Amino acid sequence: MTLHNDDVRAIAALNRIRIEDRDVEATAVALSGIFGLFDALAQVDTTDVKPMAHPLDLVARLRPDRAEPVTQSGTYQTLAPDADDGLYRVPKVIG
Amino acid sequence: MPDASWQPVIGLEIHIQLATASKIFSSAPTAYGAAPNSQASAVDIALPGVLPVINADVIRMAVRFGLAIDAEITPNSVFERKHYFYPDLPKGYQISQLALPIVTGGHLDVAAEDQTQRIGITRAHLEEDAGKSLHDAFDNATGIDLNRAGTPLIECVSQPDIRSAAQAAAYAKRLHTLVRYLGICDGNMAEGSFRIDANVSVRRGATDEFGTRTETKNVNSFRFLEQAINYEIERQIDVLESGGTITQETRLFDPDRGETRAMRSKEEAHDYRYFPDPDLLPVAITADDIEYERCRLPELPAAKAKRFERDYALATADANALTVNPETADYFETATAAAGDDPAALGRPTANWINGELASVLNREGLTIAEAPIRAGQLGGLVHRVADDTISGKIAKQVFDALVAGEGETADAIIEARGLKQITDTNEIAGYVDQVLAENPEQVEQYRAGKTKVVGYLVGQVMKASAGQANPKEVNQLIVDKIG
Amino acid sequence: MSQPETIADIVSGHIASPDTAKERIQACHAKIERSQSQLNALISQDHSASNNANGGSLSGLPILHKDLFCTDGQATTAGSRMLANFVAPYDATVVSRLAKAGAVSLGKANMDEFAMGSSNETSYFGAVANPWDTSCVPGGSSGGSAAAVAAGLVPAATGTDTGGSIRQPAALCGVTGIKPTYGRVSRFGMIAFASSLDQAGCFARSAADCAPVLGAMAGFDPNDSTVADQPVPNYPAALTGDINGLTIGLPRQYFDAEVEAETARAIQTAIREFEALGAQVVDVDMPHTDLALSTYYIIAPAEASSNLARYDGVRYGHRCENPTDLTDLYERSRAEGFGREVQRRILTGAYVLSAGYYDAYYRKAQRTRRLIANDFQQAFESVDLLATPATPGPAFKLGSQIDNPTTMYANDVFTLPASLAGVPAMSVPAGFAGHLPVGLQLIGPWFEESRLLNAGHAFQQATDWHTRQPPGFE
Repeated sequence: MTLHNDDVRAIAALNRIRIEDRDVEATAVALSGIFGLFDALAQVDTTDVKPMAHPLDLVARLRPDRAEPVTQSGTYQTLAPDADDGLYRVPKVIG
Repeated sequence: MPDASWQPVIGLEIHIQLATASKIFSSAPTAYGAAPNSQASAVDIALPGVLPVINADVIRMAVRFGLAIDAEITPNSVFERKHYFYPDLPKGYQISQLALPIVTGGHLDVAAEDQTQRIGITRAHLEEDAGKSLHDAFDNATGIDLNRAGTPLIECVSQPDIRSAAQAAAYAKRLHTLVRYLGICDGNMAEGSFRIDANVSVRRGATDEFGTRTETKNVNSFRFLEQAINYEIERQIDVLESGGTITQETRLFDPDRGETRAMRSKEEAHDYRYFPDPDLLPVAITADDIEYERCRLPELPAAKAKRFERDYALATADANALTVNPETADYFETATAAAGDDPAALGRPTANWINGELASVLNREGLTIAEAPIRAGQLGGLVHRVADDTISGKIAKQVFDALVAGEGETADAIIEARGLKQITDTNEIAGYVDQVLAENPEQVEQYRAGKTKVVGYLVGQVMKASAGQANPKEVNQLIVDKIG
Repeated sequence: MSQPETIADIVSGHIASPDTAKERIQACHAKIERSQSQLNALISQDHSASNNANGGSLSGLPILHKDLFCTDGQATTAGSRMLANFVAPYDATVVSRLAKAGAVSLGKANMDEFAMGSSNETSYFGAVANPWDTSCVPGGSSGGSAAAVAAGLVPAATGTDTGGSIRQPAALCGVTGIKPTYGRVSRFGMIAFASSLDQAGCFARSAADCAPVLGAMAGFDPNDSTVADQPVPNYPAALTGDINGLTIGLPRQYFDAEVEAETARAIQTAIREFEALGAQVVDVDMPHTDLALSTYYIIAPAEASSNLARYDGVRYGHRCENPTDLTDLYERSRAEGFGREVQRRILTGAYVLSAGYYDAYYRKAQRTRRLIANDFQQAFESVDLLATPATPGPAFKLGSQIDNPTTMYANDVFTLPASLAGVPAMSVPAGFAGHLPVGLQLIGPWFEESRLLNAGHAFQQATDWHTRQPPGFE
């Protein structure tokens, strides 16, 4: 499959990655090359094959409903590029 | 005037916040109202390297919910990731369920506008709540509080079976009652524990294709739900009748104006890129697990209302009102038991007190039944004394008010202290009767002339003379005996 | 040329005399400092640790952690500008387990950004050089760990392997590296690349040295829902060195593939050595092997695009200067914070999951993944282990493949299938192609790490490739 410049722009916007106009073409070429690898799969008959989501055929282990206090919230806040009054700050979002 | 042939088609998606101690995938507490971000653990803020682990009680609650709506429980349900970027969604995806939700295919029978209708429930899936964006926290920035992030939710999706705003509200109320009974949700709508999204469309006639629908989000009261749906129905009919088309969009209800308005539309179409969360494995629920939860189910509201009608000889409306939440039902049963051991006779007067006087006190004071100023046992004691003719209904209201005001511990104590016991001494009553008959010769004449209704006036006068303590039935009998 | 000490000797020395642990740690720090300008094997060095000669199985053993593992109070970068200033507020389970066993972390090893790469050239902190030839790559993504062990900076290092990120650099640097069964070691605190494939493991000179390190890392962890609740065998005790009667399968598809000539010769020699030790060697058929490359490069990027969505410049990590609005904050923070290869994988991954492509790519790859796993299931019905080349050739020149992602991806062709199936696999030094090491890959059935380690140990009892040290780093 070949990806075009508009495909690259759309998927980059969906993933919130700014791609400069001058880089769009090169990215489209690189991604098209990668998607070229995938063509092999289309030839394989997988009609009765169950999708494999996980390497081990296990089921979830559940945890008892016990609350533990959050002791490090102060530390977590210090990791933030912009936090104030216990809140993370982001540019104004209009509801 | 809109054309009467328009038919609304309504489906509700209700987010039910589960009453667990800890979050769905982390051990952080779920308590409401803590300082911002003080209940957001490393998992909740999505630090690099952290992993989710499923809370067992969340699964149990979902199974109970599924059983209560007669649904199928999925033996291997799967959590998936739903991707979108928003600052109150720390991972950039919400862990939810898509292809294999834990509950599918249930229903709820709903009475509204004089008919009972079965509303289908397509599915109920588990997911985590997002945090909160506080748009007014700073002058030029939005503040993000992640305390709510990771709080467990059931999203219950109805079929588009609902045909009016009143029916929608009745369905939502029924579901609200149910989750309270199951003990899986505190039902606190002001705190967002029970949030309703309404999908509304209209069509010409009952057999047409569905029209384009809008989704009105996060309605947090039943009254607003009715208002929002009615507004939306009228708006859509107006648009269509004036030749316009309905845009599929998300809308918000503005309670101040009583109208819905479109949310600012996102620049791009949603593409949530769901896929099974590789950090979590399928949730296995065995037949034994389901049986175990079935045995632990409490008596559900519909069954309880039926039993109240039968055992307490209640009218359907009274039984429904008393079973609206488990606390009211328990209050009623405790009070009736305290009133004596004849539920069939004592149920109705007890119900009348609760649905009448007590309801208006609670309403006036803004209290819940759990905060009622008069305890169930106290009310039962009062009903008991009316039933055994110790006091009249009129005196009973005085005693009720005194109990509400905290002026005595029991009805008996108040009756005793204030000397409110009915006069059962026939001689004493006869004295009052003779006095009243002598003072009202005109009414006595009217009675004798066949206007028997006037006896009510004479009884009233005797009651007044006895300061309400005579037994009105006895007084009535005495008067009739004397002048008839 | 002195023989490197074994970890067993080192640890018993430390237990007998804790001061020797202190001396060894200082000596390792000095070696690290001397090597840095040549190899760039570390992203950060940690002088804070005590000698930790606590009597545990790794008493006072100096190690490095791949910088993908969170270390409490220490910079944890994942080799990315995105986390260049991130100080982890907690320890990964692997980190705390190793510390409890007595290991002493001397710092964080360099790596490809977010473990995405096969050459260690995608690191924001610069490429790592191969100690055998500093103009060549060490392999990736755990390139810093492999280079550090090869250069003798530390006796052991942790790594992670998603599609070959332990085995490929182990092969290219001439050390032993084991990726255990998926679910054998907790992923908690290990920064996620592709959650259904990521698995922690370790590097050391020999299988005998890997055994106690893996033993200390492995086991149940309530914080990871996907870790197996199974007892961990005593790996060192399993090293009998006896492989008489063991059946080793040679998957035809791996040997029909294009392999550099000297590498192929070294592998054949190694297989004859196994026969000499009493193993029975048979050909096996694994017909879906050639689907692994495309299957992996759909599934891993899909999961990566999701796992890396959390890096948005809000709660931690890189944030662009003066964002004009929310979208600008996201788009520039992520464009500046992630390198080119990481961006390519995010875009690829999002594409294969997006509406209209999910069934043709992601869902399809989940099905071919099962076919690949079934190949292993069937092979292990008739053989005890599989042996293959670890890589198609020895270390390549720095800069030679970095601009061509599809060529770079092909380096993983022999390591990807075991990752997709989740089975344990190991690379052991098996000779040289010219002056550069060659690795033999051994693959075992699920949870049979003991068998793998014992086969590697038997081979290393009979050969001395694992004791060779790169010139200048003896």
